[in-house]
Amino acid sequence: MISLNKETIKISSEKDVVLFRQRLREYATKIGMSVLNQTKLITAASELVRNILVYAGSGETTIEVVSERLQTGIKVIFKDNGPGIADVNKAMQDGYSSGRSLGLGLPGAKRLVNFFEIKSTVGHGTTVTIIRWKK
Amino acid sequence: MDRIPILKMGPFLLVTIQVDMYDRLALNLENDLIIMVQKNGSKGVLIDISAVSIVDSFMGRIIGNIATMSRIMDAETIVVGMQPAVAITLVELGLPLSGVHTALNVEKGMALLQKKLADDLTEDSESEAEMDDNDQSE
Amino acid sequence: MSNTTSKILTKRKKDVLQVWVENQAEDPAVREDLMANDELHAQSAELLNSFIEAIKSNNYEDIEAPEYYQVTEIISGISLTRAQLGFSPRETATFVLSLKRSIIQILQEELKEDQSTLISEILRISDLLDSLSLVTMETFIKGREEVIIRQSSEINEISTPVIRVWEGILALPIIGTLDSERTQVVMENLLQEIVNSGSSTAILDISGVPTVDTLVAQHLIKTVNATRLMGAECIISGIRPEIAQTIVHLGIDLAGVQTKATLASALQYAFRKSNLVVAKKKNS
Repeated sequence: MISLNKETIKISSEKDVVLFRQRLREYATKIGMSVLNQTKLITAASELVRNILVYAGSGETTIEVVSERLQTGIKVIFKDNGPGIADVNKAMQDGYSSGRSLGLGLPGAKRLVNFFEIKSTVGHGTTVTIIRWKK
Repeated sequence: MDRIPILKMGPFLLVTIQVDMYDRLALNLENDLIIMVQKNGSKGVLIDISAVSIVDSFMGRIIGNIATMSRIMDAETIVVGMQPAVAITLVELGLPLSGVHTALNVEKGMALLQKKLADDLTEDSESEAEMDDNDQSE
Repeated sequence: MSNTTSKILTKRKKDVLQVWVENQAEDPAVREDLMANDELHAQSAELLNSFIEAIKSNNYEDIEAPEYYQVTEIISGISLTRAQLGFSPRETATFVLSLKRSIIQILQEELKEDQSTLISEILRISDLLDSLSLVTMETFIKGREEVIIRQSSEINEISTPVIRVWEGILALPIIGTLDSERTQVVMENLLQEIVNSGSSTAILDISGVPTVDTLVAQHLIKTVNATRLMGAECIISGIRPEIAQTIVHLGIDLAGVQTKATLASALQYAFRKSNLVVAKKKNS
């Protein structure tokens, strides 16, 4: 996989979320992603960036334009140093929530993207990586 | 603090969301709307989201909340003008908003609310008439 | 090891090219109908030039190295166009493999006196050209894959027409299997047409769907839900008896989905909802 363009945005308040979503849309538009795929990508990202704010308080996101074989897409990494997730498998189930939400965040986000990877260590934080291809 | 304006149109309330939503803004809208429904004794709420490009699970939950809360207060909520990409994304996300009424645009939404209002009135008068009958038979 | 091959090939480039083009022309597999001779000549010359440049580095092993960028680029380009033009894998591979024969022929002439050098040089060059011909095959397959992807998305496009049957009523007959990719196309087309036409009713006819399993049912329910979110109603018609049976046996919950046996009855239902009446004209 080749990385073409990269940008890191710090997340510590809701204002950063708005900025982050705008930047993500700009990147997606620039590579010519369809409106539907843009909507899916940004919605998934919106869920994941909320998790940073709710569970860790702050963290950072990296938006990257990537290319592999014949396809181009956007990769986003969400990284925080929060409490981490004790049981990742459980957190990936529909309707499971440790907070006050619908519990659709993680599994829902996974359904909206082409690649989804979550790594979490209790006490050290969580890193989620997603990729949505252009087509 | 940022707020989304709520317009009063006769017995109904109209909200047109034109900005990028974030969680605080959505929560404020929920609060403001419920207070307005109570203050005006509104019979219906129209939420126009035709300019909204992202509805995530939080925003979806707020819309669901508004619908349920206003129903308890005797007002119907209709979400109008959802973009195709948003509708598909919500369904994939697993959030079909089953408790919420929908319409293609503000015009159709308004017509739907008016019809519901008219139906309610005739039902009320019918049930009153029935009660009258019962009174007479007794 | 001294770079004997490079020196020889630089010196006798013209001869190699001539032998190579002749070799290709002799091959019964060469398709004159698909590619003109001068085009073949130009492609061969271009590749040979950059190949000779590349081996000047005395690197015969690593074709990922920068000096081979141009060579692999040319080879990939040629295989890709050949895949799209409809060449067979054999015809495409012959292009690079015949270069091997021509080079070995020239080396034999030049190194007649020195058998041991000849053998070691032949080994090196043939290993190198083998890996390059693998590149040909890889890109060839990739090119074919591209054709397949394009075709299947075209099939998806044309096999999901949205028809305006009446003002405010859309119909979408689905023929063939409904997988998740197709469902996306169906949803996108249907919802966009709802916006464009301002329709409030859509009929999804599944008479042409061979089987409905849990997954297909899920896709149908998704489409119905997305339509409802837009503010329109989606009716599913064309439920054959065997489909009704599988739906019940699989325990699929279609509650909340308006279903009709035939497109005609779905249309009737849609008319009634829009306050339309279809009546037979009385003979006066």
